[in-house]
Amino acid sequence: MVNSAFFLVLRRMRAPIIVLIVIYGISVIGLTLVPGVDAEGRPAPPLSIFHAFYFISYTATTIGFGEIPTAFSDAQRLWVTFCIYLTVVGWSYSVLTLIALLQDKGFQNTLTVNRFRRRIRRLKEPFYLICGCGETGNLICRTLDRLGHAFVVLEKDDMRVQELDLQDFKTDIPALAADARQPNILKLSGLQHAKCRAVLAVTNDEEANLAIAIAVRLLNPGIPVIARARTPSVAANMASFGTDHIINPFARFAEYLGLAVASPERFRLIEMLTGLPETPLPEPHRPPAGRWILCGYGRFGHLLATHLQPAGIDLTIIDPGCADCASPPTIRGHGTEAVTLQQAGIDRAAGIIAGSDDDVNNLSIAVTASELKPSLFVVTRQNHSVNNPLFAAYNADFTMIPGRIVAQECIAILTTPLLAAFLDLLRERDETWSGALVVRLQTLCDGRTPALWGIKLNIADAQGAYRALMQGQRIALGDILRDGTDRSQALPAATLLIRRDKELILLPPDDFLLAAGDELLLASSLAARRNLELTLHNPNELDYILTGSEVSGSWLWARFRQPGKSAGRVIEN
Amino acid sequence: MNLEKVIFGFFIVLAATLNFGFFIGDIERPELHHVYELAAALIVSLIATVLKFGDRTQIGAIHLSTSLVADLQLIAAAITWAVAVHITGVGMTPEVTSSVVSLSGGALFANVVSVIILIVETVMLRR
Repeated sequence: MVNSAFFLVLRRMRAPIIVLIVIYGISVIGLTLVPGVDAEGRPAPPLSIFHAFYFISYTATTIGFGEIPTAFSDAQRLWVTFCIYLTVVGWSYSVLTLIALLQDKGFQNTLTVNRFRRRIRRLKEPFYLICGCGETGNLICRTLDRLGHAFVVLEKDDMRVQELDLQDFKTDIPALAADARQPNILKLSGLQHAKCRAVLAVTNDEEANLAIAIAVRLLNPGIPVIARARTPSVAANMASFGTDHIINPFARFAEYLGLAVASPERFRLIEMLTGLPETPLPEPHRPPAGRWILCGYGRFGHLLATHLQPAGIDLTIIDPGCADCASPPTIRGHGTEAVTLQQAGIDRAAGIIAGSDDDVNNLSIAVTASELKPSLFVVTRQNHSVNNPLFAAYNADFTMIPGRIVAQECIAILTTPLLAAFLDLLRERDETWSGALVVRLQTLCDGRTPALWGIKLNIADAQGAYRALMQGQRIALGDILRDGTDRSQALPAATLLIRRDKELILLPPDDFLLAAGDELLLASSLAARRNLELTLHNPNELDYILTGSEVSGSWLWARFRQPGKSAGRVIEN
Repeated sequence: MNLEKVIFGFFIVLAATLNFGFFIGDIERPELHHVYELAAALIVSLIATVLKFGDRTQIGAIHLSTSLVADLQLIAAAITWAVAVHITGVGMTPEVTSSVVSLSGGALFANVVSVIILIVETVMLRR
């Protein structure tokens, strides 16, 4: 299948080439049969096959040298006239077939697939395979690009793939417009590539995500797959064959909203940690407890109800069709009219959730509700990113964007494996602890979400530090968190967690002694991240940070500076 | 019956028979090897080659390669003839004739292989 484009050309060009050969044969043989004439006008023998072939060759290709080697007889001219028209038809037919072939959709598709396959095969760095490049996929792509990770995109819609070309990415991204449900398409996109790190199934189609998840599980069981699921049945199906991470944006938001009511400081901390790196800090959300109105009681509504009721919220539900919801008090309607909202007791309510699957209805509910009661805490659900300007203009207290939630979680899982462990430890901490950490994180990146990243002190990621530690040098955590350009400045970075074998050390102090093989979870700006990564990797940089001496590291220079070097040691100790 | 198969078989066998017709006869005597027969053999051989384009099977690949060999041999024979008759002007001496005919003999061998493959393919056919 590698040179299938070549075979396709050969197959299509069969008929025109045969026509050309036949036309040449007829013309050449005919010309060798027609008698000629010599310079004195006497009959002469016809052209030989060689001369006839030469003449037809330059006539057929419209070069036309004239009548060579001698002037033709009238009989020869009659035959040549016939030949000229014949060969023109033959050549036109061939050329037109070739042009039609080049414009053929199927042929171009073959070329694109071949080019894509070659690019995937040549990928040298680890990459993620992103299936589905809608609102969520696109957000993931842009973030991964900014963080400097390589990825491959599969998207069903040709238009979206073309849009990817127009976007301002740092690198040229291999993208293919094809259906990711087909296993051979997944294989072609590098599913079994040695450098494939993980697969993200974030298409809009539940069934497609399911198909991708199971294909990955069977074709390359070694790599993790992250899948989006909206319905519990699909999520359960995915879990049954061991999908590594299943993200249901509705469940996640409901959980967050419940957490925001019950323990706002911890929620704020989680929001900062899982936010997309270097985006503006989210406004603090302080949803009040008490009576709430929930508009729309579908999948999202049900999940909200299960998470909000334990957090101490009494729900009143407004839904147009309602058969199975006898437990919470229910009012029929959309919630877009003032009458329905008053029926639901808006004057006594503390908050309202506009959670239907229609953006316009959600905005209408929100606007009507805040006109009736301006102090109300309003939560809106935004389904499509095209409506961004509307939701931004309304500026609800809390907006739920499913695509964004999925993207944030994917990025957090992919880029920082230690984060999950940290979030687990977080559950056991109280509100004041979380509040203190939030204040600390806010200062790191002047008003933006800090990037969360991990580094392992091994030979591949942190060569310099690893070598120094293996040689028995004592390095404390506070020693390496210095600015590589000026070591008197501390680097604005916070170490959240260190994993040493099975042991987890939460918020290690500055005098914590590092060991080779430690895994660090850090929060800092992206610039500080690059700074620290260089320090840990380059032995000379590390030496400067630790001792302040600027050595070049060359053996000759070290010999010259022998006395100076020992002085450096003294400073160090 | 499949018209495509008929045409395919026709041209392969015709290429072999024309080639054989040119080749047969005393190798040194130019009057037994007419140049028109060589021309016809070359043209039919070229058409047979094009008919084999675009078949991705193993047998298709062998078919194409044998045909390409036959074409190469016949073109070499035609060039030898053209050089002798028109460029150097020595004409169809016994040496020239024997070299043209022996080149076409090589092509004949390739064409025979083609025909054998065709027969094998037909015998293997289960439909």
